[in-house]
Amino acid sequence: MTDKLKVAVFKMTGCAGCQMELLRLEEELPYVLEIAEIPYFVMAKRKNLEGAYDVSFVEGSISTPRELEELKDLRERSKIVVAFGDCACHGCVPSILNWIPPGVAGKIVYDDFEAIHSKKESYQKICPLDEFVPVDIHLRGCPPHKNMILEVLRSIALGAKPFLRHHPVCVECKLRENVCILTFEKRPCMGPVTAAGCGAICPTANRECEGCYGPMSDPNASSLAQQFLKIGLTRDDITRRFRKYAGITQAFVGEAGEQ
Amino acid sequence: MNKDREIKVEYIARVEGQGSLEIRVSSGNIEELHLDIFEPPKFFEAFLIGRHCSEVHELTSRICGICPVPHQITALRAIENALGINVSEQTRDLRKLMNYGCHIQSHILNLYFLAAPDFLGYESIFAMVKEHLAIVKRALKLKKLGNDIVELVGARAIHPTSAVVNGFTRIPNKGDMESMRKRLVEAKQDAYDTVEFFSSLKIPKFIRKSEHVALSNPEEFAINEGLLVSSEGMRVEEDRYREYVKESQVDYSWAKHSQVVGRGSFLVGPLARVNLNFDRLSDDSRKLAKEIGFEVPNFNPFMSHIARALEVINALDDCIRIIDRIPFREEDRSYEVRSGTGFAVTEAPRGILYHSYEIGDDGGVKKADIVTPTAHNARNIENDLRELVPAIVDLTDEEATLTCEMLVRAYDPCISCSVHYVNLNGRRVR
Repeated sequence: MTDKLKVAVFKMTGCAGCQMELLRLEEELPYVLEIAEIPYFVMAKRKNLEGAYDVSFVEGSISTPRELEELKDLRERSKIVVAFGDCACHGCVPSILNWIPPGVAGKIVYDDFEAIHSKKESYQKICPLDEFVPVDIHLRGCPPHKNMILEVLRSIALGAKPFLRHHPVCVECKLRENVCILTFEKRPCMGPVTAAGCGAICPTANRECEGCYGPMSDPNASSLAQQFLKIGLTRDDITRRFRKYAGITQAFVGEAGEQ
Repeated sequence: MNKDREIKVEYIARVEGQGSLEIRVSSGNIEELHLDIFEPPKFFEAFLIGRHCSEVHELTSRICGICPVPHQITALRAIENALGINVSEQTRDLRKLMNYGCHIQSHILNLYFLAAPDFLGYESIFAMVKEHLAIVKRALKLKKLGNDIVELVGARAIHPTSAVVNGFTRIPNKGDMESMRKRLVEAKQDAYDTVEFFSSLKIPKFIRKSEHVALSNPEEFAINEGLLVSSEGMRVEEDRYREYVKESQVDYSWAKHSQVVGRGSFLVGPLARVNLNFDRLSDDSRKLAKEIGFEVPNFNPFMSHIARALEVINALDDCIRIIDRIPFREEDRSYEVRSGTGFAVTEAPRGILYHSYEIGDDGGVKKADIVTPTAHNARNIENDLRELVPAIVDLTDEEATLTCEMLVRAYDPCISCSVHYVNLNGRRVR
């Protein structure tokens, strides 16, 4: 078959969890290999081909000039660029770094940070992909559920638009028939402002949604923050909650605090 | 004999993360040997400061997508140690199940996806599908089982969500666990076949006696708690880790390399665990070890693959035992926040993982210290290569490069982990 999708997988500043979720397509692997070939995937392949790709999945955020250069290069060679997971979309947990002034984190961690930094530049800041290049598909989540990854692959193969959820986790939570832990148990659930796609994993496991899919479309973050104040959270608690997976986004920065 | 040689791997494939290898031999002497990791630093220890003790495990999980479970459990245990919390037997057992699930999926990933293609002459597992479908299917089935255990206990396979300070937000359903038990029993055959398959491969004969370090516990195969022991007689409590293991900066890279004080580099991971705890492996794993002629102590780092395969059998057996004894009852998870300092060491799939935290009165983190398995192994990998390279001078450049890569893959390095704070010298050249 010559018309298989050429799918490349890249890793920037991230934890490899998204690639691991991709490899969790275990039962689905034969189907994936039927619709796609994988010319570039360093974690899984030794022969990696530089060339033109139909789809590039880019895991991780951009935090060094080297990564930026690679991102720009792969953008030119890819028809579709997928911001693969929360780091690539919104910076995720490592973006908490962005509230620490440059140089300070280095001094906490390294004995002689300047000695390192003079040789090798790190932005000491976490940037989502679309700060630098156009992104075609934002595949949210930490990690994005494997069914969402499959949905993206399948849709591209069929020439259709992938069905990515921009409604809140609450929709999925209701479908799971959970009792609302925010309303009835007064626990600080991020579900009302967080994009769906996970299947409401946390509330179903009796845990508040932590917001790992980032903001839904048009969320009302300040209203949820008011609710959190009413149920007894401090302003610091609220800041921490919003400054976790997607604090650097416009939607959450009001509650997460200016950097 | 080729006395001048350069082995250069710009971006080591089939390991997790971004690293390169550069070895220069001149007139038979190694002039330069660097395992460089160009994965960018993530400064976890800096931005954990000020976060609340109840969320540390959720954040440290994001250090690594392959071993999020041990990063969660180590953080939880260190925090609980600081707060003076003693968790229930059920919590300890559920955490063991979760870590074993993580070990199974990670070991199978390393064995079949990352390592096996080298031995069979393929560039990846994807290329093996056509001619070795049965082997690939076995790999996928076992990997799925490991992931499913984590998901069943922790609510999500990668970055689980239900494990929290002093317990689990949801206790798994007993019926689901019974079904899982059946799958574990059935998977034993695939695990036997895995040991037999890997013992049939041509594993390089290379012995270098380095200090092996692992957790050890007299009553069980230690993965989540125990004493830190070594093949050179180390025997210490986890809170004294820092007295025995020191990190130092090396001039050619930004990596902090770990060494045992007064001795040198050391090896952590499946081979160290099996060497130091062989008598606590399950009966079936020991029986199979005998059948394939595997004897301990074994100081061939390439034999880590066999140790890994034996550990999969042990993990299945131990999971079955644990499921049989868990009461599956709801428990009180409440606790009080207080100031304190806590320490924990666990066994991640690729070796011992250390976390320590200082907590303030308000429950905020004041100081964090994390050392990962790959940071522990980094110096030892280089020391192995120093002895391996002169021994393979007769190989072609391509074969020698592959052999060096295979040694690195035998350690199953997790580079994302290793750079949660360090940034080793590195570059990417196309």
